[in-house]
Amino acid sequence: MNTVIIPVSRRGFLKGLVSAGAFVLGARVLPLEALAAAQASTAPWEPSVYLALEPDGRVLIIAHRSEMGTGIRTVLPTIVADELDADWDRVEIVQALGDKKYGSQNTDGSCSIRDFYVAMREAGATARLMLERAAAAQWNVPASECRVQLHTVGHQASGRSAEFGALVTAASALPMPAKEELRFKQPSEYRYIGKNVPIIDLEDLCNGRGTFGMDAVVPGMVYATIERPPVLGATLKSHQDAAALKVAGVEQTVVLETTGYPVGMKMLGGVAVIARDTWSAIRGRQALKVEWDLGPHASYDTAAFKKTLIATARQPGRVARSGGDVDAALASATRRHEATYYTPPLSHAPMEPPVAVASVKDGKAEVWAPTQNPQAVQSVVAAALGITETDVICHVTLLGGGFGRKSFPDYCAEAAVLSQKIGKPVKVVWTREDDIRHDFYHGECAMHMQGGLDAQGKPVAWLQRSVFPPIGSIFNVEEQYGGGQLNMGWTDVPFAISNFRAENGPSEAHVRIGWLRAVANVHHAFGVQSFIDELAHLAGRDPIEYWLETLGASRKLDAELKAQGYELRGLSGQPQFVPDTARLRRVVELVRDRSGWATRKTAPGHGWGFAAHRSFFSYIATVVEVRVDDDGTVHIPRVDMAVDCGLIINPDRVIAQFEGAATFGAGVAMVSALSAQGGRIREGNFHNYQVPRIHQAPLRTHVHIVETTEPPAGVGEPGVPPVAPAICNAIFAATGKRVRELPVGKVT
Amino acid sequence: MAYTLTVNGRTTTVEVPADMPLLWVLRDVLELRGTKYGCGISACGACTVHLNGRAVRACQTKVSAADGASIMTIEGLSPDGTHPLQQAWQDVDVPQCGYCQAGQIMSAAALLAQTPKPTDEDIDRAMNGNLCRCATYLRIRQAIHKAAAMTATTTVQQAAANRPGQDQE
Repeated sequence: MNTVIIPVSRRGFLKGLVSAGAFVLGARVLPLEALAAAQASTAPWEPSVYLALEPDGRVLIIAHRSEMGTGIRTVLPTIVADELDADWDRVEIVQALGDKKYGSQNTDGSCSIRDFYVAMREAGATARLMLERAAAAQWNVPASECRVQLHTVGHQASGRSAEFGALVTAASALPMPAKEELRFKQPSEYRYIGKNVPIIDLEDLCNGRGTFGMDAVVPGMVYATIERPPVLGATLKSHQDAAALKVAGVEQTVVLETTGYPVGMKMLGGVAVIARDTWSAIRGRQALKVEWDLGPHASYDTAAFKKTLIATARQPGRVARSGGDVDAALASATRRHEATYYTPPLSHAPMEPPVAVASVKDGKAEVWAPTQNPQAVQSVVAAALGITETDVICHVTLLGGGFGRKSFPDYCAEAAVLSQKIGKPVKVVWTREDDIRHDFYHGECAMHMQGGLDAQGKPVAWLQRSVFPPIGSIFNVEEQYGGGQLNMGWTDVPFAISNFRAENGPSEAHVRIGWLRAVANVHHAFGVQSFIDELAHLAGRDPIEYWLETLGASRKLDAELKAQGYELRGLSGQPQFVPDTARLRRVVELVRDRSGWATRKTAPGHGWGFAAHRSFFSYIATVVEVRVDDDGTVHIPRVDMAVDCGLIINPDRVIAQFEGAATFGAGVAMVSALSAQGGRIREGNFHNYQVPRIHQAPLRTHVHIVETTEPPAGVGEPGVPPVAPAICNAIFAATGKRVRELPVGKVT
Repeated sequence: MAYTLTVNGRTTTVEVPADMPLLWVLRDVLELRGTKYGCGISACGACTVHLNGRAVRACQTKVSAADGASIMTIEGLSPDGTHPLQQAWQDVDVPQCGYCQAGQIMSAAALLAQTPKPTDEDIDRAMNGNLCRCATYLRIRQAIHKAAAMTATTTVQQAAANRPGQDQE
C-alpha cells in the first residue's frame, strides 16, 4: 500500500478523512489513494498562499513556519482568522511543505510575527473583501453594505446572510482586489488577536499523540546511526564493520563522505550502520572500529583556547564603533576600572535530538524532519544528492525544541544520501551524544572592558572588546571576526557615554559554530550588563538609578550610532525598529516598580540584581532575587521581567516564552558549559552537559508586559540575554563576589 | 527471544534481543511513540513509563527485565486523555514544544499515586529527573498542584456518594 505520513495535528488538514482511532498509536498513515481522492473531490479557493476556503465552509490556513514550542503554528493563523473573521472552530491548520512561494520559512531570529503580521492580515482581509463582493453581486446590493461576521456575510438592510462556504465558488471567480482596497479591522474589532487562543496541538501534546520528527515513519523504512568524525575536519582512515554486521538486526554499513571546507550546513560524513530498528543501529555502531586522521583541529583544547581568547581581548581589536576619545578620557578619568569576562561554549540540546526520515527514488527526494528551515532542507539535500531543489519535498513535523540547532539541515542530508545509496527510506537518529558532540555550537567568548568615571562617579569613558569564534567561519574558513553578530548587543549599546569604543578581536574556530537562542546577545549582554553594574557599585550608586542615568535622555539611536561610525543595517535601519531609549527606560522603570526593587529586603545571603537588554527589536528589563547558601549553592526565588515586544497576538504564549527564557538564561548563568580536549567535545549527555532542572529554575517568574501599538517584535529569544547578568549582579549583591566567568556552579 | 508484555492492558509477545531497552520495544516494535527518546542514560526522563505501577525510565529498562510485567505508557494513562494531570496540563497550557511532556506527565502520575497532595519540595524531588529544555517547570508545578486538587475533590465526592446513609441526611 502506498502510504504517506500526515505530520499534522488533530485539527490538521485532512482530519475529516481519518478516523479518530487512527491517531491513537501516534502514527498517522493514510492511503495515498484516499489522499488523491480527497484532493480531487474538493475545489478549495486560494485567495492567498496562506489561505484556502472550501465549499463546505472549512477555512484552511497554512502554517508556513515551524512549531518548536513558541506556538507560532497557531498564532500566525489566528491573525488570518481574525482579519477574515472566521470561526476558529471551523479553521484547520495545514503545515506547509518547504516552498519559496511562502517567503522565508526559516523559523529563526524571532521574526515570524514581525515579518508576517502584515501578510497574514492581508490574506484575511483579501478573502473577506472578496466574500463580501461575491455576496453583494448575488444579492444585487452595494458591497460596502455587506459585512462579514463570524464565518458569515450579512446584509443588514435586507436581512440576508450567507455562510462562507456558499460564497466560495462565486468569490473565486472575482478579480483579486488591490492592496489599497483592503480594509483592516480596528483593534476593538479583534476577535482573536490579544486573546489567549490555546495552541492547536495542546491536547495531542498532553496525550502523547504529537508527531515529532522522531515519530515519523514510512513503510519499508530502515534506521541508521552514524559514527561521525570526532574532530572537525577529521577524515576516515579505516574502518572495520565485521563485528557490527554480526549484531542482530544490522543490515549493512555505509560510508558517507566526510565534509570538505567550508563545512557550511553540509553533513559531516562518517560510517553509518543501517538496521531494522533504532536499538540495533545503536548496538551495531558500538561494534564498529573506526580510525580517523584527526587533522589540524585536534589542537583544540578549551582551557588553552580560553587563554588565547582572553589574551586577544586584552589587545586592541578591530574597531566596530567609536565615539569621542576613549583613550584620552580613560587617562584623565578620576577613577578607572577594568574587568575581563568569559563565557564557555554551549550546546543547544533540544529534547528531541536531530532526526530525519528521507526517501529518495527516481531522482526525487522526500524528507520528513523537525526542521526550522524547510527551504534550507531543500537546498542542502538537493546539493548533497545532485538534484534540483524543487525535486526535494520537505514535510515539517513538530519540533521537539529547536533553539537554532534545527535551522541547520545536515541531518536531513544524511538521511537523504543514505536513502539514495541503499534504495530504501531511511531514518537517521542522532543519539544525545551525537547531538552534544556534533552541534553547531554557541562559541566561547572573552570580553575585556575598561571604564573611566569622573569625580561624581559618572562614566565618561567605556572601552569594550570581544573575541569569539564567529558563525561566519562555517561558511568561510578565513572568517575570524564577528560580523553581523556584533549588531547583537555590542555595537548597539545604548548608553550615553561620550567616549565609547566597541572592538572585536580575531578568533579561529575549531568546531562548527551556529546560532543558539539569542545568539551573540547572550555573551554580549553578560559583559555589558555586568560591567555597568560593577561601575555602579564602584560609584556607590543604586544600580538601576545609575543605569538609567547612563542611558541618558530619551532618544532614537540611529544618528548617534552613525556619528560613531556604525550604521544600523537591515531591519534595524527601518524607522519602526531603530533602538529607542525611551522604550528601554520604560521597561526598566516597570521592572523596578513591579519587582519591589526600592523596598527589597536585605537578608544575609540574599541579593537582588538587575540587567536590561534590547534584542530582536524587543526591550527587556530583568530583576532577579537570589539566595546563596553557606555552601555557595545559588537559589533563585524570583525573577521579574518587563517586556516591550511591540503588539502582542497571544499574551499567554508570550508569557510562556519569557518564563522559559528566565530558566534558559539561568542555565547559561549557572550550569551549562562544554569543554574540548584533543579537538573532541568531552561532554556527551545530560549528566555532564547540564541544563536546568525543575529545582534549578527560578521558583517564580513574573512577566510584566508593556501594552503598546508599536509593531510586533521578537519574543522567542530576547528574554534570554539579560538573565545571566542579572543573576550574577544579584550574586554580587548577596555575597560581594563578582562573577566574571560562566557558569557559576557554586559561589566560592 | 520472546517476551510477554502487558502494555496499557493489552498483552502482547515481542521477539527482540534481551538487551533491547523497553523504550525501543515500545517505539519501534509496538509503535507506541508517545514515549520519547531524550538521552538513553536515564538522565532526562522523556521515556518515563510505569512498570507494575512504578515510574521507570524505559531507556534503561531492558525488555528482559520487563518480561511478564504490566506497563503503562502515556497512551494508556486514560482512555480519552482526561486523566486529571492531562486536564490540568491543558488548563494551565503547560506544553511549549511538548516533546518531554509525556514523560513529565507519567512522572507526575506516579508522584500523585504515592503523594496525593504534594508540596513544592515533593514535586521538585519527584520531577527533577525530567528535563524540559523549553523550561515549562513553573507550569508543571502549577499543573501538578491543580491535578492534585481536582483528584482530591473527586475523591471527596466519591467518598460522600459512597457513604451509607448519605441520602437520609
